[in-house]
Amino acid sequence: MMNVPEKIEKHRFDPAPKDHSDLEKIEKPQLSFGKDAWLRVRKNKAAIVSAVLLLLIVVMAIIGPSLSKFDPYAQNVAHGNLPPRVPVLEDIGIFDGSQKIGGVETNKYEELGIEEYYWFGTDSLGRDLFSRVWVGTRVSLYIALLAAVIDMVIGVVYGLISGFKGGRVDNVMQRILEVISGIPNLIVVILMLLILKPGIMSITIALVITGWIGMARVVRGQVLKLRNQEYILASRTLGASNFRLLFKHLLPNLSGVIIINTMFTIPSAIFFEAFLSFIGIGLQAPEASLGTLIEDGYKTFQFLPHLMVIPCIVICIILIACNLMGDGLRDAFDPKMRD
Amino acid sequence: MAKYLIKRIIYLVITLFIIASLTFFLMKFLPGSPFQNEEKLTEDQRVILDEKYGLDKPIPVQYANYMMNVVKGDLGVSFQFDNQPVTKLLKNRMGPSLQLGFQAMFIGTIIGILLGVLAAMFQNTWIDYGSTFLAVLGKSIPSFVFAALLQYVIGVKLGWLPVASWNGFASSIMPTIALAIFPIATAARFMRTELIEVFSSDYITLAKAKGNSRMEVSFKHAIRNGLIPLVTVLGPMAVGLMTGSMVVEKIFAIPGIGEQFVKSIMTNDFPIIMGTTIFFAFLLTVIILIVDILYGIIDPRIRLQGGDKS
Repeated sequence: MMNVPEKIEKHRFDPAPKDHSDLEKIEKPQLSFGKDAWLRVRKNKAAIVSAVLLLLIVVMAIIGPSLSKFDPYAQNVAHGNLPPRVPVLEDIGIFDGSQKIGGVETNKYEELGIEEYYWFGTDSLGRDLFSRVWVGTRVSLYIALLAAVIDMVIGVVYGLISGFKGGRVDNVMQRILEVISGIPNLIVVILMLLILKPGIMSITIALVITGWIGMARVVRGQVLKLRNQEYILASRTLGASNFRLLFKHLLPNLSGVIIINTMFTIPSAIFFEAFLSFIGIGLQAPEASLGTLIEDGYKTFQFLPHLMVIPCIVICIILIACNLMGDGLRDAFDPKMRD
Repeated sequence: MAKYLIKRIIYLVITLFIIASLTFFLMKFLPGSPFQNEEKLTEDQRVILDEKYGLDKPIPVQYANYMMNVVKGDLGVSFQFDNQPVTKLLKNRMGPSLQLGFQAMFIGTIIGILLGVLAAMFQNTWIDYGSTFLAVLGKSIPSFVFAALLQYVIGVKLGWLPVASWNGFASSIMPTIALAIFPIATAARFMRTELIEVFSSDYITLAKAKGNSRMEVSFKHAIRNGLIPLVTVLGPMAVGLMTGSMVVEKIFAIPGIGEQFVKSIMTNDFPIIMGTTIFFAFLLTVIILIVDILYGIIDPRIRLQGGDKS
């Protein structure tokens, strides 16, 4: 084996800077918190794909219902229980509106002479499933976002106060938390929904009642860790008020855990909404959410599987994408994972 | 340890007391009367019924009576299910629920552990990605969606297993699978992270340096230690199973507690709702307490203290 002497470039022999201030100079532009996280998330392909998918679903939830010319609530019993039919795909032989009933292939569109295209088919009352699915997605996302935001606000404030004040205040607040968290959230949610009138607001409230606890715990833990650090002491020595310490110094350092926690609250809220609708105490009849659509579809799924399968697919995509994105963000923000 | 135990048990009692009170008062605010599903009742009949079930007394009296009975283990009498005591109804319904729960827990943790171990041993290979993907699926897909799809594909389309019935082992296979995906996902994710951490610890390096084979190191040293913290996820797992059992029992028409609970919500059957709620809450809080204590006993590195552990 021969060792080729490595060539050392000339500039490496430059004398070290003598001036002290030169040593302190930061060569590269400073990475902001967000940029740093973005650089990490970018490496996680699953998270990026999920983000794109979620974005697509959000866009569809906004514009979807108006893409189809049918009103999501308009009933047309003559057009009831139609299977999906899509203009271009029907030429290839899929989604051409045919279905098997008792082993015999029939096409209801041809039999009834229906000219319209129902992309996802219709339900038993002849409502267009395509627009209903997106209206339902809109409602589900709305409930989830609302619940997540309220959870976040309550949880962060509770955690900040409890962790920052410390002492007796913290003690009392933690005891309260311990008792509340001992109650299984499913039970609280079901009980709340039994007394509140079913609707978007009551589902959100029911979800919020137990939802903020996780956030409060995480925030408190972080505050306890951070509040004794030197930079807080420095700021306090310089005369910063508690308010400034909390919002200028602590909160930005908590944003990582807050974002991660919220990312996991959203899918769990969507799940709970669907779950409640499925057992029959969620949103009621004309109102559509992914849960009610699945529940409706389930009643007839042996004969008309598309009514259940399509909303199921949408909800699965949302939940999987949210979880993958949450994982990606956690890996990006978690200081323990830093490479 | 004793101090910690006493503290935890006090919390448990407080929590259960709050749940029982909460349940009672929420039920009192509930719209609708438990007799609305009966054939048309005259005003007199209703008064007699109210009297019979003690619904005519002032609320504080009802509350006191109720709490006294709960402590004695008497959860009242069902309005709808042939006037049977709630405790008896729960007892009758417990079998299927428990069987499904245990089957799902058992199968779920074993498969989950296997998946997690494989993923950690072959980190960053397709085995790892496959198992991680499965775990994400299991964590994300709601059990009722999975159960309904399973029922459609295996029960209706392929006709391999009974669609919705409860007799014999064959009818319990599909519900068990539907319930087990959550434990599988939880255990797999947990095992993977845990083992990856264990694999990079010093004593594993030592075991390798002594010339042990990869299998020996994994099974004799790493997995044994990785399994211990798994006990901590048993609590959340039980919660997940309970949530799942309600819908899964509804879907597969299993005569279990969950199905009865869903039915009683529909019919405003207060005593059953209250009784089941308290029963579920009791079960869960006790399971979580046992899990925490077990963890302290199994893992000598953890010392339970009276102080904060959050």
